[in-house]
Amino acid sequence: MGKTIVEKILSAHTDTDNFKIGDIIKARVDFAFANDITAPIALKYFKESGARQVFDKKRVGLIPDHFAPNKDIKSAEQCKLLKEFAQEYEIEHYFEIGKMGIEHALLPEKGLVLPGDVVVGADSHTDTSGALGAFAIGVGSTDFAAVIALGEIWLKVPPTIKFIYSGKLNKWVSGKDLILYTIYKIGVDGANYKVMEFSGEVIKGLSMDNRFTICNMAIEAGAKTGIIEPDEITLKYLKGRAKRPYQIYKSDIGAHYEKIIEIDVSKIEPQVAFPHLPENAKPISKAKGIKIDQSIIGSCTNGRIEDLRIAAEILKGKQVHPEVRLIIIPATQDVYLQALREGLIDIFISSGAAVSTPTCGPCLGGYMGILAKGERAISTTNRNFVGRMGHPESEVYLASPALAAASAILGRIAGPEEVK
Amino acid sequence: MIIKGKVWKFKDNIDTDVIIPARYLNTSDPKELALHCMEDYDSEFVKKMNQGDIIVAGRNFGCGSSREHAPIALKAAGISCVIAPSFGRIFFRNAINIGLPIFESEEIAGQCSEGDLLEVDTVKGTIKNLNKDKVYKTNLMPEFIQNIISLGGLREYVKEELQRREKNV
Repeated sequence: MGKTIVEKILSAHTDTDNFKIGDIIKARVDFAFANDITAPIALKYFKESGARQVFDKKRVGLIPDHFAPNKDIKSAEQCKLLKEFAQEYEIEHYFEIGKMGIEHALLPEKGLVLPGDVVVGADSHTDTSGALGAFAIGVGSTDFAAVIALGEIWLKVPPTIKFIYSGKLNKWVSGKDLILYTIYKIGVDGANYKVMEFSGEVIKGLSMDNRFTICNMAIEAGAKTGIIEPDEITLKYLKGRAKRPYQIYKSDIGAHYEKIIEIDVSKIEPQVAFPHLPENAKPISKAKGIKIDQSIIGSCTNGRIEDLRIAAEILKGKQVHPEVRLIIIPATQDVYLQALREGLIDIFISSGAAVSTPTCGPCLGGYMGILAKGERAISTTNRNFVGRMGHPESEVYLASPALAAASAILGRIAGPEEVK
Repeated sequence: MIIKGKVWKFKDNIDTDVIIPARYLNTSDPKELALHCMEDYDSEFVKKMNQGDIIVAGRNFGCGSSREHAPIALKAAGISCVIAPSFGRIFFRNAINIGLPIFESEEIAGQCSEGDLLEVDTVKGTIKNLNKDKVYKTNLMPEFIQNIISLGGLREYVKEELQRREKNV
């Protein structure tokens, strides 16, 4: 019988022969990372475990990105723990402010997570790196501590649901719209404990930035991870980045899937996910007109260069609505610099947008764009839970950078074609 | 271990942002986290509940972020056990890893009421509803996970494994 890409990656990382779906295996880990929220607990546990060193100094990442640059004294203390641990245990991939980016954008960009890897991150959006054909899963702090001590993780072998996307994409429909539509179709627990394998002619035609966005939000359907088979576009992206050799795996034709779901994208409009669950997506034609106070373009979901290019295309020569705060947050320093060189930052600031240094900031209600009671935001982030971006009585509408930019200009949820 | 506690019922898809809002994640002190547990769902919850109470929730409890602060906050607030038809998978792992008893059961979630008294046998995985005089069997955890639980959590497992490796060198 054929194997899926995930079964092949796991086979290559475990000593257990002939495992089945549902079996518990121990898998060797290629790269592990944590941030300023999840690492502090883990680093304490690591020290208490009796471990003398991490499993591999070159394969551990510590990235202060959530409440960094430090938003308050307590956050500063947490970030300090990462820095001190990195010094004490000679962690090679500690990213100080100025070099830092949002972890899930930064690690692929730096070529530290690669196709065929088992990647374990102490953050739920670790699934983002599945876009490279890695098996990348989010865990909590204790699991991360165990991984950096032992170099392996216990896993229940997950079943896979295959999604096949076909048809012609409509104007302004991006990876974000495809994943919001997919979550709407299957629900926020539609892939619970399972892998979402994204495939089909549409995925093959998408850029890496769009693929990262899709895999990023697999967790919002409850998935263990999302994954896309590497192809020419992946290899091109890796050229000049990859810091180690890597292995390409692809699903066999006869591979077993728990379910196969086919989606005709030609019927999909740009999507807006209404409060307070990512599954509440509606087509833009049914979402227009809702007044907004804030628009956020950024995050591990949509803070990459293509996202900023699309926003700039819409904002060029226009002004942000006088009653709206538009906050644009490039996901990494490299993205920021590239945007600067391409003149995108000029367009943003001229339009009346605020541009921030990389941070997760407002996505999880940390800082840099918190909502007051009763306020509404359109946001390119990944979650619209109660209180996610601030006051428990505020609202977040999830959408693509194109919609977030258009809505910022018009002061209400709108599609780019409405911007005159 | 036998746990006895009163039920607090929660709806489907209770996410970790609701269990402990991110604005409090600039600390990992369990006592401080416990003060804000479920605050955005019911600002009085921590005041109303008693030590040892049990949460019986709908589907997908603990979905969303990987923050271990969520099960830590529940445990530190005094919640003795969480029962739901399904869980967010990271929350599920985190709860096992920190030693917060957690059970999957479709039946109980549908059949018990707020305030019911439950008696949970964490080893056998049986749950008695003392008010409704009903007994439920839950899915037993795989052997490997049971071993982690009986060791007292993943941290103890790591210590043992490190010692074993050291001996083998």
